[in-house]
Amino acid sequence: MIEVVGLTKRYGDVTVVDDVSFTVARGEVLGFLGPNGAGKTTTMRMLTGYLPATSGTVTIAGHDVMTDPLNARRQIGYLPEGVPLYTEMTVSGYLDHMARLRNLPNRPEAIERAMELVHLAYRAHDRIGKLSKGQRQRVGLAQALLHNPDVLILDEPTVGLDPRQIIEVRELIRELGATRTVILSTHILPEVSMLCNRVVIIKKGAVVAVDTPAGLTARLQGAERIELQTATSPVDVTRFYSIPGVTNATEQTPGHILIETDSSREVRPDIAKLAVDAQWNLLEMRKITLSLEAIFLELTTQEDPIENVTESADEDAVSTDTIPTEQERA
Amino acid sequence: MRTALVIARREILAYFISPIAYLVSAMFLLISGFLFSLILIQSQQASMDGLFLNVTVVLIFIAPLLTMRLLADEQKSGTLEILLTAPVRDWEVVVGKYLAAMALFGIMLLCTLYYPIILWRIGGNPDWGPVLTGYLGIILLSSAMFAIGTFTSSVTENQIVAAVLGFGILLLLWLIDAAGNLATEATDVLRYISLPSHYNDFARGAITIEDVVYYLSVTFVALFLATRSLESRRYR
Repeated sequence: MIEVVGLTKRYGDVTVVDDVSFTVARGEVLGFLGPNGAGKTTTMRMLTGYLPATSGTVTIAGHDVMTDPLNARRQIGYLPEGVPLYTEMTVSGYLDHMARLRNLPNRPEAIERAMELVHLAYRAHDRIGKLSKGQRQRVGLAQALLHNPDVLILDEPTVGLDPRQIIEVRELIRELGATRTVILSTHILPEVSMLCNRVVIIKKGAVVAVDTPAGLTARLQGAERIELQTATSPVDVTRFYSIPGVTNATEQTPGHILIETDSSREVRPDIAKLAVDAQWNLLEMRKITLSLEAIFLELTTQEDPIENVTESADEDAVSTDTIPTEQERA
Repeated sequence: MRTALVIARREILAYFISPIAYLVSAMFLLISGFLFSLILIQSQQASMDGLFLNVTVVLIFIAPLLTMRLLADEQKSGTLEILLTAPVRDWEVVVGKYLAAMALFGIMLLCTLYYPIILWRIGGNPDWGPVLTGYLGIILLSSAMFAIGTFTSSVTENQIVAAVLGFGILLLLWLIDAAGNLATEATDVLRYISLPSHYNDFARGAITIEDVVYYLSVTFVALFLATRSLESRRYR
C-alpha cells in the first residue's frame, strides 16, 4: 500500500532524513519511532507530498506523491503534527469545508460518519477554538477520515493529551487500523507495542531497525538473563554450567550473580535446586526482560546498536529496574 | 477552479467572522461617503470622477489590509499543511484566496451604488458612461492591487510584514511615474508601469484595451508569483 524507497531530505549540508526505505502492507499499522528531532515529522511530510524529497520516492496505492500528487492525496488521510485547524470555524462547518475541498459526493453523510467515528457529534456546532486539546485532536482525526481513505498518516496523534484522552485516541486508532493502512509516528513506546504490527526505529534520520515489536524484543534480547542474589559469597559460578542451557555465569558483585541462557528451556528450577544443594542461601532470583524502552534506548543511543547490544547502555538515561546497568554487566 | 471556489467560500466566511472585514468596510464606506458629499457640495456637479480618483488612493490602504491575512495566516497556523495535502493545486489556493478578497471588495463597492442613485434622484442628470467605466476601472485596478497583496501575503507568515510589504509595493507603483521627470527617455516606460496612470482613461469614460490588458497582466503576474512563492515554501 505504501512504498518508500531511498527517501532522503537534505537542507544544504544537513541530512535530516537519510535513505529511508520501507513498505507497509494493506491493513498494517506501522509505528514510526524515534527520539525528538530524529526526522519523523520530515518523513511524514514527505510521505504526504507536503515536502518534496531530495531524492527517493514515495508511492501510495500505486500513485507517486510527487508525480501524481492529486491521486496520491486522495488515498491519504493526514493528521499533521500539532493539529492545525481553522479555530474560528465550527466542527461541522470545518468538516463541511474539508468535504467540499475533497469534492465528496454525499457530504452530510460523510461528515456525520466521521464525527461518529471520533465521538464528537455532540460538539458539532461548537467553535473549534473553544474545544479542548483532545477534542481538537479528534477533529483533526475526523478530517483525516472524512473521505474514508485507505491510508492514514498520523504524526504524533497522542501528544499533549491527558491520559484518558490518550486511551481514547489509541482505541480509535486500533479500530481504524483493523481495516486501513496506518502509519503513526511517536516517541511514546508503549503506544507502539500496543498499536503497531511493525516498528521502524529511526535515529538521526536513518533507519536503525524494522521489525515487529515482539521480533524486535526477541532479536535484541538474544540471550535471556537471570539475576541471582545470594547471602553466600563467593560462589563457585562454574557449577552453573552443569545446567543445560546456561551459556554464561558471572558473579558481578559479592552475592550478585548474572546468568545468561540460550533461552532454549526454563532453567530457573534447576538453578534453585543447585543453590539449595550447594547451600548458597538464595535470597532472590529474577528474570530480566528487555523492555521496548530499553531496546529503543540501546538502538538510539549507541554507536553500533545491533551488534553491541550487550556491551553497554546509556546508564543515565536508563531506568535501572528494566535493564541491567553498566556495572552489573561489566 | 471548483476547488478555488471552495477555498474562496471558506475565506469569505472567515472574513465575516473576523472584525477586520467589518472595520475596513466601515472605514471605506465612511471615507468614500464623506468624499462623495464633500465633492458633490463643492463642485455642484452630478459626476463621480472626483470620487473615483480619491477611492483609488484609498485602495492603497485597503488592499494590504484585506489581503495580509490570506496566505500568511495559513502558513503561521500550519493549516496550509492540511490544505496542501488535500487534493488541491497550489494555484487553486492562491486564486481562491484572491477571489475571496475581491468578493469582499465587490460587496463594499455594491454598498456605494447609492451614490449614483442619489445623483439621479436629486435631479442631476449624471453622464452614465463615466460612472460605469469608473466602476469598471476601480474593479480592474483593485484586481491588480489585491493580487499584489495576495503575493506579499504568500512570502511571509507574518501578517504585518505582508501588509507593510504590500503597502510599499503599491505606493512605489503609484509614484513611479514621477521618476519620469528625471529621465525623460524612461518616461513612457515608467508611466506604463505605474498603477494609476492606466486609470485616467476610465475616469474620462473611455475603455482602452491597453489599460485593461495592463491591469489583467499585473493580476496574472502577481498571482503567478504568489503560486511560485507558495511552492517555494518547500525549499525554505
